Amino acid sequence: MVIILKAIMISGRTLGQGASLEAKMSPEFFNATSTCAISESDYNALGISGDENVLVRTEFGEVVLSARKDDGLPPGVIFIPMGPWANAVVGQNTGGCGCPLFKGTEAEVEPTKTRVKDVCELFADLKGLGGEGS
Amino acid sequence: MMEEDILCPFCGCLCDDIKVEVDEGRIVGVKRACRLGMSKFMGHERIAAPMVRRDGELVETSYEEAYERAAQILKAAKRPLLYGWCSTVCETAKMGILLAEEVGGVIDSTATVCHGPSIIGIEEKGLAGSTLGQVKNRADLIVFWGANPAEAHPRHTLRYSSNSTGMFTPEGRGGRKVIVVDVRRTRTAKNADKFVLIRPGTDYEVIAALRMIVKGKGDLLPDAVAGIAKSDLEEVADMMKAAKFGAVLIGLGLTHSRGRYKNVDGALSLVADLNGFTKFVVLAMRGHYNVAGFGQVCAWETGYPMAVDLSRGAPYFNPGETAACDLLARREADAMMVVAADPASNFPRKTVEAMAEIPVIQVDPFPNPTTFLSDVVIPTAVCGIEAEGTAYRMDGLSLRMKKVVDSVYPTDEEVVENILDRVRRLGDDN
Repeated sequence: MVIILKAIMISGRTLGQGASLEAKMSPEFFNATSTCAISESDYNALGISGDENVLVRTEFGEVVLSARKDDGLPPGVIFIPMGPWANAVVGQNTGGCGCPLFKGTEAEVEPTKTRVKDVCELFADLKGLGGEGS
Repeated sequence: MMEEDILCPFCGCLCDDIKVEVDEGRIVGVKRACRLGMSKFMGHERIAAPMVRRDGELVETSYEEAYERAAQILKAAKRPLLYGWCSTVCETAKMGILLAEEVGGVIDSTATVCHGPSIIGIEEKGLAGSTLGQVKNRADLIVFWGANPAEAHPRHTLRYSSNSTGMFTPEGRGGRKVIVVDVRRTRTAKNADKFVLIRPGTDYEVIAALRMIVKGKGDLLPDAVAGIAKSDLEEVADMMKAAKFGAVLIGLGLTHSRGRYKNVDGALSLVADLNGFTKFVVLAMRGHYNVAGFGQVCAWETGYPMAVDLSRGAPYFNPGETAACDLLARREADAMMVVAADPASNFPRKTVEAMAEIPVIQVDPFPNPTTFLSDVVIPTAVCGIEAEGTAYRMDGLSLRMKKVVDSVYPTDEEVVENILDRVRRLGDDN
């Protein structure tokens, strides 16, 4: 049986994300931002094994991330460092003030054997949609 | 050779005491910078040369051709969006506003997806602000609300706030109380005397309850507000009223959560209320080193700090309509120029998909996902390290950034000026 966790997703800065944000093609940025922090009790409840990632799904999209325990998080809240992985599941609505809701999206989390996409794979399908040169 | 008193071009702290060791025109060592600043000074992979997209692929070209293509794209567009401007100096912003005016476009900064809601909140309520110097020298109570400087502004606490030592705060951290309100126990929260864990999206309710207690209406409150015991809130209100000089430092926890600018309006109102009892100030923990500077330049040039539509003959500002994410989400922008920012990483995925459908011009020292979506890519010198200019610290203090080493790349300002020049010449031909 697949266990699905219902959680509130928030995104934000971390030291690792900040230190590599001008080196977004680097493995450091990938390692710092393609990850999902989960409270210890939720992590254990999901039964994530060593070789597993997590699939985070919201009404706006889904993304596969590596998972890690974070004892600072309360149960029911997950944290993804700001960047293209987090934004894969953030909605467009700005509430009339220009700013999307980067924190507070309802999400479902489940363990997965699927690999985490690297930064190139994350954008691979995009420019083909249009643009001057295509 | 050791260069002293260098400003750090990373976060809104704009630390001005960095020592940089330069050997044969290269930076070989950095002292006093945090991990973020150290990483910036020591450098990353650069965009090697200008590029334009041909047959779907980015190929290297000359600066001249890149400027020409950029000018053609902007000139041909009916609704060009000129976005970014946070990791560059004020001189670039000034040139960008001239360019936006020339092409009848919309100019917006990364503030709209950061502290933009704070700016709207300030417009609603007004700001009892101060410099960081006043906070350092006088504040005996620091409140971090939805802010985590331990990770986003690592030297803030030591230089300006909770752990700093100032003229009237000789005991440093020992003489101060620190309150942290957040949805998780952050590294910043571990340094707090009082930590209040709130549920995501309940900032407004908690602030409103605190305002009631401060104003003597606490007896009307239920025993718990948004899951926080009333006694906890009363303790926070007592600490605030007991302070001689309190500083509320607000972060993206307020602006990125349900309520957005109304959360900020609430925080500013709480500070206004507290000024009826003692001295309180409030500051936004601005992210990039000169995101505040773009707001300053844009406000004095156009009357508005961000999201300014210059297509109507007079500047027009209505975030939600004229902000970058909204223009893209509505598929309204038909070309985009990105200067010193990476919206492909930092906008919601669906919004980025709209970027991929239109011609994009990127002006930046570093390759990033916006490069993937760009049709013209123009590499530049790194401001504050390879180019001088003016930047504004998060508290609105303007500081002059020095050039530390030479660069083979043109500055952001030169690139935008070159594109502006070509746009004007294209105009002459018509």
